[in-house]
Amino acid sequence: MRDRMKLEFDSRSSNESFARVTVASFVVRLDPTLEEISDIKTAVSGAVTNCVVHGYENREGIITIQCYIEENEITIIVEDKGVGIEDVEKAMEPLYTTKPNEERAGMGFSFMEIFMDSLLVESKPGEGTRVTMKKKIDRK
Amino acid sequence: MKNVIMLEGDKMIIRVGEDLDHHVTKELKENIDAMVDKGIVRNIAFDFSTTGFMDSAGIGLIMGRYKKISPLGGEISIVGTNPAIERIIRISGIHKIIRMELVK
Repeated sequence: MRDRMKLEFDSRSSNESFARVTVASFVVRLDPTLEEISDIKTAVSGAVTNCVVHGYENREGIITIQCYIEENEITIIVEDKGVGIEDVEKAMEPLYTTKPNEERAGMGFSFMEIFMDSLLVESKPGEGTRVTMKKKIDRK
Repeated sequence: MKNVIMLEGDKMIIRVGEDLDHHVTKELKENIDAMVDKGIVRNIAFDFSTTGFMDSAGIGLIMGRYKKISPLGGEISIVGTNPAIERIIRISGIHKIIRMELVK
């Protein structure tokens, strides 16, 4: 089975729940467990929040999500055309945050790593950031 | 569903709505901090009985409130978590600094 979808929406915090719920409904065809659904929602929510808070720094912008299903694996690509990340390695360290005053836990990328099978972060300062996450859904 | 805030003496009880994500934490944080800064609130209880989803922004909110009230001798407690939320709390490690009441 091969399946795909693309989602494009404005960078707004109110769209965070829209994004994770939409991706979760797309994944339902793989018959995931409640735990797998929750893992995916947490990862997507973190990735989209990063676009809103860091990529576009709460200004206007467009966030794109692409999802691919191949066999029993979901690939989720979350992309913004925002400010980008200077030091991706640093950004991915647990508890690291560039916005301590806004009380970000610094766990966004950690959760994506823990809850998904793989995580790839590509970024260029001034051009944007692309996060690619994959997860295999266990066959029952 | 909206967050519902109740006061019991110096304890603020927050019945968290359906989601605790970045969108929701922005407003909630301001409401809590205003009450703490006025000296009205010292202890905070988060009730997750009607909550289905929490992400790292929710963890950030709880961590931030802990940093704010613990120097005042205050305590944070959490009740009513579903398995997904409990898992996130444990993975984040914040269960070590807050009181979790698992029995509803």
